[in-house]
Amino acid sequence: MAVEVKVIKKPGRTVAEQVYLPEIAKGLTFAAGRFFRNTFAPKAKKEIATVRYPEEKIEYPERFRGIHRLTQRTDGSPRCVACLCCSTACPAQCIYIEPAEYEPDDPRYGYERYPSVFVIDELRCIFCGYCVEACPCDAIRMDTGMHMPPSTHREHFLYDKEMLLSIPGRDGTYLTANPRHEPGDPTHPGVDREHGH
Amino acid sequence: MTTGLLLVSSVLKILFVLLITVGAFAPILIWAERRQSAMIQDRLGPSRAALVLPPGAVALLDRARLPLWRLAALTGVVAIVALVALTFITIKGSNPLPISTADLTKGLIGFGLASVLLRAGYGVHTMIVGNQGKIMLIGLLHPVADALKFIFKEDFVPPKSDKLLFSAGPIIALVPAIAAFAVIPFASTLHLEHLNEVLPRTGELSGPAIPMQVASINVGILFIFAIASTGIIGAAVAGYASDNKYSLLGGIRAASQMVSYEVVIGLTLVPAFMLYASLRLEDMAMWQHEHMWGIFVPPLTLGAINFFVASIAETKRVPFDLPEGESELVGGYLTEYSGMKFGMFFMGEFLEVVSLAAIASVLFLGGWDVPYLFRDGFEFSFPFVAASYPVPLPHWLVIVIQVLVFLFKIIVLIWFQLMIRWSLPRFRYDQLMSLCWKGLLPVSLLNIFVMGAFILSGWADGWIAFFEKIF
Repeated sequence: MAVEVKVIKKPGRTVAEQVYLPEIAKGLTFAAGRFFRNTFAPKAKKEIATVRYPEEKIEYPERFRGIHRLTQRTDGSPRCVACLCCSTACPAQCIYIEPAEYEPDDPRYGYERYPSVFVIDELRCIFCGYCVEACPCDAIRMDTGMHMPPSTHREHFLYDKEMLLSIPGRDGTYLTANPRHEPGDPTHPGVDREHGH
Repeated sequence: MTTGLLLVSSVLKILFVLLITVGAFAPILIWAERRQSAMIQDRLGPSRAALVLPPGAVALLDRARLPLWRLAALTGVVAIVALVALTFITIKGSNPLPISTADLTKGLIGFGLASVLLRAGYGVHTMIVGNQGKIMLIGLLHPVADALKFIFKEDFVPPKSDKLLFSAGPIIALVPAIAAFAVIPFASTLHLEHLNEVLPRTGELSGPAIPMQVASINVGILFIFAIASTGIIGAAVAGYASDNKYSLLGGIRAASQMVSYEVVIGLTLVPAFMLYASLRLEDMAMWQHEHMWGIFVPPLTLGAINFFVASIAETKRVPFDLPEGESELVGGYLTEYSGMKFGMFFMGEFLEVVSLAAIASVLFLGGWDVPYLFRDGFEFSFPFVAASYPVPLPHWLVIVIQVLVFLFKIIVLIWFQLMIRWSLPRFRYDQLMSLCWKGLLPVSLLNIFVMGAFILSGWADGWIAFFEKIF
């Protein structure tokens, strides 16, 4: 049985390429075109990819995982209930939480706790977003659209509760889009101390 | 010409050349190279160096914004009114207004100029305020920042190097690049006593005539060859003295490359000497002024291309920058240099680019010659039509136009060199050498014979006559 051979022509150089000068002319024309467009064209037609960084910033993509923030309730207290889901999920173990009970006269007493200490070591954080996934209350989010501001001091990267609460989301709000039903809330009639969810 | 005048004019010319080369071209080239490469590569380029105004100044400037704008608008309106009035007078043929026509003209020029300047100032002002008091000047401050950095950097000399030669290298490399400008004419002869007159087109004139070049010497272009070859020693000495194998290799590469291309440069120009029948650069420019630009004579077109290629190789720049090929030799003969010594090499390289562009423009692009500009001003004529439109200009204006056009030609050639520098990849060393000895050299030798045949056969005269008839 005869072996069928399919001869594939080598992609050799044509005469025009071998002479080199036409290719030089081509390359120069292309480069000159870019030069003239980026130098003299009106601003909209320029295709300059870089920006003047500190004065001008490119916005991060919508789902960019920036530095964390703790979302607030409408009264300004943290939404976090200190369930420790985030610190458990965290593969870098950068979240430290000390849970505390509300005062006995607080309506939330007995329902949930609050973090008396909430510290994220942003230098240890690997920005995987697991804490956000793990949070049942939408209390921790990474939608700030900010990267870590640089510093020369290690302590500056330990973000405590007040710091995390003071960082707004990209839309400028300290709340989240997911409303929360507080105990005794008329929007959620069944929920009270006796009939929990 | 008296000795005093000779001395004063020579010093002024030297200062002018230094101002143009070291003062303007070298820093602007450093800027242009970065800016141009940035534009080619879709980057922003140098834009960070800035003079920062004190914080209070921005608020103060911001308050001056509206008055400045109003002043610019007001002067503009006055200028427009003067223009309308002048148009009215011209149409009517007489002046019924209480102001004389001469005053109106003065007002138009004065207020118009003031308006334009104020408007430009307003633009600059807006830019400064917009940048929060940072004066950036599209990156033009970067060479200044570079120079400051070079001056204050440590002047490191390798411990086992040859101290004397190590310091002499950059000087030997820089000086010839500047010295080559001595014989380059940047305008036609200046007649001091007739500055404000419209000169006759031809003929001798009374009074001192100052050639617009530093040294008008017989050997002319040979002087440039001699001086340019000295630059080789700078690179070779620097490579030898650095006590570094990469430097030595770079120095050797530089020396062999420059010696080879020196030969080609010399031979490509021989046809030009044959045609112009002179070695003096001012005579060459004059010949082209009287007949036609050298590049339009067929053998010289080839000669110009050859010369351009060889001159890029001579300046050791991409695609012929093997002596400092960083992928093979770290930095070549520049490896051990830092601070202002490196700066001098850097500047010498850029000045060589400028001087070779100047030589190319004198030899092939007519030097200071401007089409249709004669000693008595412009005279526009058209092919095959007998009509011509003369625009007589005073002598000083003619000289100024010639100088500016000469600088413009240099800038265009430099732009093209930078374009090549940022578009083409580096040659291999054997390719570089075979391009020189097997490519350019035979072609330029052949070109000499072609030029000889062109002149002897009488075609040269016919071609020139044909060209002159058309233009």
